[in-house]
Amino acid sequence: MAQVLPAERDLRRVIGDADGAGDREVDGLGEQELLELYRSMVLLRTYDERSVVYHRQGRIGTYAIFWNHEAMQAGVVHALDDADWIFPSYRESAIGLLRGMPPTTVLSWWRGHPAGWWNPADYNVASICVPIATHVPHAAGLAWGKKLKGERACAVAFFGDGATSEGSFHEGANFAAVTGAPLILLCNNNQWAISTPLEAQTRAETLADKAIGYGMPGVRVDGTDVLACYEAAREAVARGRAGEGPTFIEALSYRSAPHATADDPRAYIDLDRVEEERKRECVGRFEGYLRRAGILHDDLAESIRVEAADAMRAGIAAAEAEPPADVSLVFEHAYVDPPSTFGSDLDELRRTLG
Amino acid sequence: MAELSIVEAINDAFHVELERDPSVMVLGEDVGRAGGVFRATAGLRDKFGPDRCFDTPLAEAGILGSAIGLCMAGWRPVCEMQYDAFSYPCLDQLITHVGRYRWRTGGKMSFPLVVRMPYGGGVRAPELHDDSPETYYVHTPGVKVAIPSTPSDAKGILTAAIRDPDPVVVLEPKLHYRTLKGEVPDGEHVVPLGKARLAREGDDVTLVAYGSMVPLCEQAADVLEDVSVEVLDIRTLKPLDEDALLASAAKTGRVVIVQEAPRVCGFAAELAAILAEKAILDLRGPVLRVTGYDVPYPYWQIEDAYMPSVERVTAAVRKLLDF
Ligand SMILES: Cc1ncc(C[n+]2csc(CCOP(=O)(O)OP(=O)(O)O)c2C)c(N)n1
Ligand SMILES: [Mg+2]
Repeated sequence: MAQVLPAERDLRRVIGDADGAGDREVDGLGEQELLELYRSMVLLRTYDERSVVYHRQGRIGTYAIFWNHEAMQAGVVHALDDADWIFPSYRESAIGLLRGMPPTTVLSWWRGHPAGWWNPADYNVASICVPIATHVPHAAGLAWGKKLKGERACAVAFFGDGATSEGSFHEGANFAAVTGAPLILLCNNNQWAISTPLEAQTRAETLADKAIGYGMPGVRVDGTDVLACYEAAREAVARGRAGEGPTFIEALSYRSAPHATADDPRAYIDLDRVEEERKRECVGRFEGYLRRAGILHDDLAESIRVEAADAMRAGIAAAEAEPPADVSLVFEHAYVDPPSTFGSDLDELRRTLG
Repeated sequence: MAELSIVEAINDAFHVELERDPSVMVLGEDVGRAGGVFRATAGLRDKFGPDRCFDTPLAEAGILGSAIGLCMAGWRPVCEMQYDAFSYPCLDQLITHVGRYRWRTGGKMSFPLVVRMPYGGGVRAPELHDDSPETYYVHTPGVKVAIPSTPSDAKGILTAAIRDPDPVVVLEPKLHYRTLKGEVPDGEHVVPLGKARLAREGDDVTLVAYGSMVPLCEQAADVLEDVSVEVLDIRTLKPLDEDALLASAAKTGRVVIVQEAPRVCGFAAELAAILAEKAILDLRGPVLRVTGYDVPYPYWQIEDAYMPSVERVTAAVRKLLDF
C-alpha cells in the first residue's frame, strides 16, 4: 500500500532566478542533456510562434496557443523513455515533435487535413484530445494495461486546471490509483480555462491537494521551470516503474497568450498581469540558467533557433504541398469492414460533385 | 423590429426574460465574464449579477445535474453547453434524470430548465466542434427539442423554452449565428413550441428541414426554377407539428427530408416513418432523405463533402419528380 503523502504546497524550483535561491543542478543532467532540453523548448516555442503567424496568414485554421507552456511539455517528455506514452490535449498539440514527429503532421492537423492524423503507435503519442479531460481514463487504461502485461512503460496525461472539474478527470485519476497504474497526471495549471479563472474552478488551496483524495502523491512545481518539471516527472516515472502507482503533478504557470487564435482575452484578463508573466517566460528563464552555467552562448543559441525555424519553414511548405484530400476519405477509417451503404453514398457524392 | 443576427436575437431574448422573471438564471462555461464564447450571453452578468449569469466550473454533467436541483429550489435555469459535442458529458444527467424526474414525482414537480447549445458544421473548426446531436436529445423521453433557423425564431423559441414548464433542449445553428440576419420583434416575443413554419409555399415537392438546413433548402428551391418547391421548417422536433407535415405532404405528394446529422436513426427517419404511417395514400413517390453520412464528422478540409449540399438536395428532388 503506497503511503498517502500530503501534497507539497511549496512550488519546486531548480532555476534560481525567481526567488533568489540560486540555481541548482539536477543529478544526471549533463551539458549534453541540458542542451537537448533547450533544443526541445526552442523547437516548441518556434512551432507555436510560427503557428500564430501562419494562422494570421490564413495558412492554418483556429489554433490553440501554448506559449509559455513549453517548459512543462519538454521537461516531462525528457523524463520519459520512448516506450512511455503521452496523452496530449489540444494544448500539447505539437508534443509529438519531441518524439520525432515532423512539424508538417501537426500543422496539417490544424489545417484540417487528414495528413495531420497520425498513428499513435508510431510515436507512443495518443491523438490530440479535444473534449476536456476525456483522455485521462485512456491514459490510466494504457498504463494499467502495460502493467498487467509486465511491461515497464508509463503514461502521462496532460490536462488543464479546468479539466480537474470534469467527471472524466476524477474517474481516470481514481482508476489509476486503484489499479496502481504507472501514470503521471500532469495538470497544466495556467490558472485560466478560457475566461474562467482558477478561483471560479475550485476552492482547493492547490490543485495538487486533489491527489490526497485519490491516495496518490501530489507535487507542485513551477511549470515554467523546465528543470523542476523534469525532476518531478522523473521521480513520478521512478515511482510508477517501481509499482508505486500514479503521481499527480501540478505544473503552475500563467496563460500569457489568448486561449486560442479565436479568443480575445481583453474582456476578462488583466493585461498588466500578462505583461508581468511574459517577462518570466519559460524559454528565456532556461536560457538564463544555461548562460549562467556557461553552457550556452550566443552562437549556439542562434544556431538552435535557426535549426528550429528551418524545420518550421520546411514543415509548412510540406503541409501546403500535401495534395488536397480526396472526398472518399469521408468514408475511410471508421470501420475495418465498412457498412455496405458507404459505396452507394460515395457514388452519390461523386455524382453530385459533378 | 430590429435587424439582428441569430446570436444577437438569442442575447435579446435573454435580456428580456431575465428582466421579466427573476427566477430565470443562466449557467455555463464562460457565459459570465466573457459573455459566452459566441457572445450569446453578453452583458447579462453586468446587468443581472454573477449569480444570475454564472460561470460554472468546467463540468457539463455538473451544470445539468445542478440545474435539476436549482429547479427544485424554484429557479428556471438556462444551461449553456459550449459546443454540440461538448454537451455529451451531460447526457448522463439528461437521460437518467432530466427526462424522468417529473415522471418520478408523479407529475408533482416540474423541471422548467433549458439546455441550449450551438450545433453543426461548416465552420472549419478542429475535431468535435461540428456535431449535430439532436437525435440523442430527441430520443430521450421527457425532453422537448427545438431548433430554430431564423433570428426571429431563435428569440421566440428560446423565450418559449424558458417559459415552458418542461425541460427543453434548444440547438442553435452556429454556421449562421452571425451571418444570417433578419427582423426580430422587440420586447417579449414567443414562438410557441410544436408549431412548424412554412418557409416557402409550393406545389410540386416539399423539402422538410430544421436549423441550418432550412437556408440550404431555400437555396435549392431557388435553383430548381422549374419546380414549385415548398420548404417546411419543422422548428420543434418534439413536440412535432404533425399536422403541418401531413398537410404539406398531402399538398405536394412528394417529400425530401434534409438533415445534417448522420443518417441512421436520425430525425429524418422519424419524419419518414410518420409519413409512411399516416400519409401513404397522399404520396406520389418514396420519401427521400438527404443527410450527413454515417461517419465521424470529417477533417474540415473535406467537411463540405459531408454536409448536405444544394446539389444533393436538387438531385433528390429530380429523382423524386422522375419517379
Ligand atoms: C467537454 C468539454 N467542454 C468544453 C470544452 C470547451 N473548452 C475548450 S478549452 C476549455 C477550457 C479548458 O481549460 P483548462 O482545462 O484549464 O485547459 P487550458 O485550455 O487552460 O489548457 C473549454 C471550456 C471542451 N473542449 N470540452
Ligand atoms: Mg487552464
